[in-house]
Amino acid sequence: MASCSESTIDYKGGKVFLRRGGSGQPLLFLHGAGGIPGWLPYLDRLSDRYDVIAPDHPTFGQSDEPAWVEKVDDLAYFYLDFIKEHGLDNVHLVGQSLGGWIALEIAVRSTRNLASLTLVGAAGIRIKGRPAADLFIMDDEELARALFKSDALAEQMLAMEPTEDQQDIIIKNKVATARLAWQPRLFNPALRKWLHRIDVPTHVIWGDSDRIIPPDYAGEFGGLIDGATVTMIEDCGHLPNIEQTGAFIDAVTGFCDRHAA
Amino acid sequence: MKVTMFHLMPYAHMDMALRARHKSAWVTYPNSDFDPKKGAALYNRYLDELELAAELGFDGISVNEHHQNAYGLMPSPVVMAAALARRTETCKLAILGNAFALREHPLTLAEEHAMLDCISGGRLITGFVRGIGAEFWSLAANPTTSHERHVEAHDLIVRAWTETGPFAFEGKHFHFEYVNVWPRPYQQPHPPIWCPSLGSTETIEWAAHPDRRYVYLQNYSPFESVSRFLNFYRETCETKYGYTASSEQLGWTAPVYVADTDERAVAEAKEHMEALFNRFLALPFEILFPPGYLGMNSYKRVRQHKRSIAGNQTIEKMMELGIVIVGSPDTVRERILHCHRELGFANFIALLHFGTLPADLTERNIRLFADEVMPALQPAGDEAYRGFERVAAE
Repeated sequence: MASCSESTIDYKGGKVFLRRGGSGQPLLFLHGAGGIPGWLPYLDRLSDRYDVIAPDHPTFGQSDEPAWVEKVDDLAYFYLDFIKEHGLDNVHLVGQSLGGWIALEIAVRSTRNLASLTLVGAAGIRIKGRPAADLFIMDDEELARALFKSDALAEQMLAMEPTEDQQDIIIKNKVATARLAWQPRLFNPALRKWLHRIDVPTHVIWGDSDRIIPPDYAGEFGGLIDGATVTMIEDCGHLPNIEQTGAFIDAVTGFCDRHAA
Repeated sequence: MKVTMFHLMPYAHMDMALRARHKSAWVTYPNSDFDPKKGAALYNRYLDELELAAELGFDGISVNEHHQNAYGLMPSPVVMAAALARRTETCKLAILGNAFALREHPLTLAEEHAMLDCISGGRLITGFVRGIGAEFWSLAANPTTSHERHVEAHDLIVRAWTETGPFAFEGKHFHFEYVNVWPRPYQQPHPPIWCPSLGSTETIEWAAHPDRRYVYLQNYSPFESVSRFLNFYRETCETKYGYTASSEQLGWTAPVYVADTDERAVAEAKEHMEALFNRFLALPFEILFPPGYLGMNSYKRVRQHKRSIAGNQTIEKMMELGIVIVGSPDTVRERILHCHRELGFANFIALLHFGTLPADLTERNIRLFADEVMPALQPAGDEAYRGFERVAAE
């Protein structure tokens, strides 16, 4: 796997694990419910052009599980502190799925140090009658099949045999997701009414065959966030960065480069 | 030994063909299968069965709580206990249990239990449970905070029952500006608290604490597990807390069926007992153990053993493991007395209706148990127990 540095930072007495690679304008990538298993090709390709910072959210992955993480709001405040403490400015904030929800909670509070906001299959709101799929009720096989458009990719994921450490992280991420998103399922009822506060260029990217969060949500976010651009990625499920890496990179970099300042 | 009859009140008319097309009889099993007219008849029949047990001299009758399922039709066991309170005079009314912390406002249950205790003249036993995993889907309660909410709800209700109000309760999950429960419970300082469990060392350590000394009730399990957990309770008291547990702190719940002969008992019970475990109770792993319901180590242990409640039990296997007790009056009596000699529990809870067992067989089961088994159990006390010292020495 290509190069990134791995480090931990201290925050309120706990450790936060992060990967960082590349140089250029900072791009803060907020992962989804499944976490980040490693410096995957999509992160590597983004690091060709940006200073990519990809933390494991507190309570996820290799980060500690501090008691202060109770709601997505808590992670939003953490990342606002993180941006400030690291002196990051003109940040391209990219959030995927659960990470998209965190990115939205950050942006409705402050866009001060953000250059742009990119949402990839983002959670966070609910369209009545169009719920997200219930991640928790599915067994491993159902989840793999729901995540990808391509059956071959689902098979590939199911064929992987995680190590014991990886297994522990899978369980930990699932519990961490449930802590934040069990009730109400994957959204904050109060978020929608504040989305008008987002005043940075916003890009909504969605897989056209997303079976986790239906593609209708792309249009919904597009309508709620002033001036947002919507990009649908063809032949793609919930994880465009994995399933259509090339189209994902083009979409992210194209938009971020247009809104560099 | 105190003997209690327990009822789950299952929806015995469940459409088995429909059930076969679903993963379980829980949470998402469609309630279109519930026919209110049949349900009305069942509720009244089941209440009659518990009232019969009270007339026949059982020390207690017992109900419990489950949500959105065909396995047990008592989302509110308080309703059933209230109905029974006015139709019985001396036996205990045991709610085994109620999941206080599943509610946004556990104080409402503290109020209702205090009402029941007053109406019944102090006959209530409060079972204090976290709720099995399935309830967290049905009531949209977060499993990841279930343990700390459970403990906090306990502190709230015990304070509400024992301290005079008004006082403010300032918890992490529950906050009440004015706790001042009317009525206060009839029993002082409060109704006995029992902790039914499918087997949990954390629950045992919590229940056995000298400040609590709550009754721990092992629910249907292989006898080997019943032994392990009940002995763990005694051992915890002895070595961790420095006191000797009384046998009154221990109980065991098992399905029981009695008929004239062993052969007849097995033949009559087989279909209905297997329906209980394979059709009504069987639950997928994800539903039984939602994320965060168990700590990491326990979760990995149960996953490794695939201890989801599987759907392929036979009555013969369950008898062999000692999960269920089925046979002639002699067989059933000797089996329970044998288990009592081994473990010394002072509470035995008999599930005398299970699954699809029809009314006539249920009534005969209750009568036979009351006439020919129970009289030998009730006088059995610690003198019949072989003693914990001997167990520990082995």
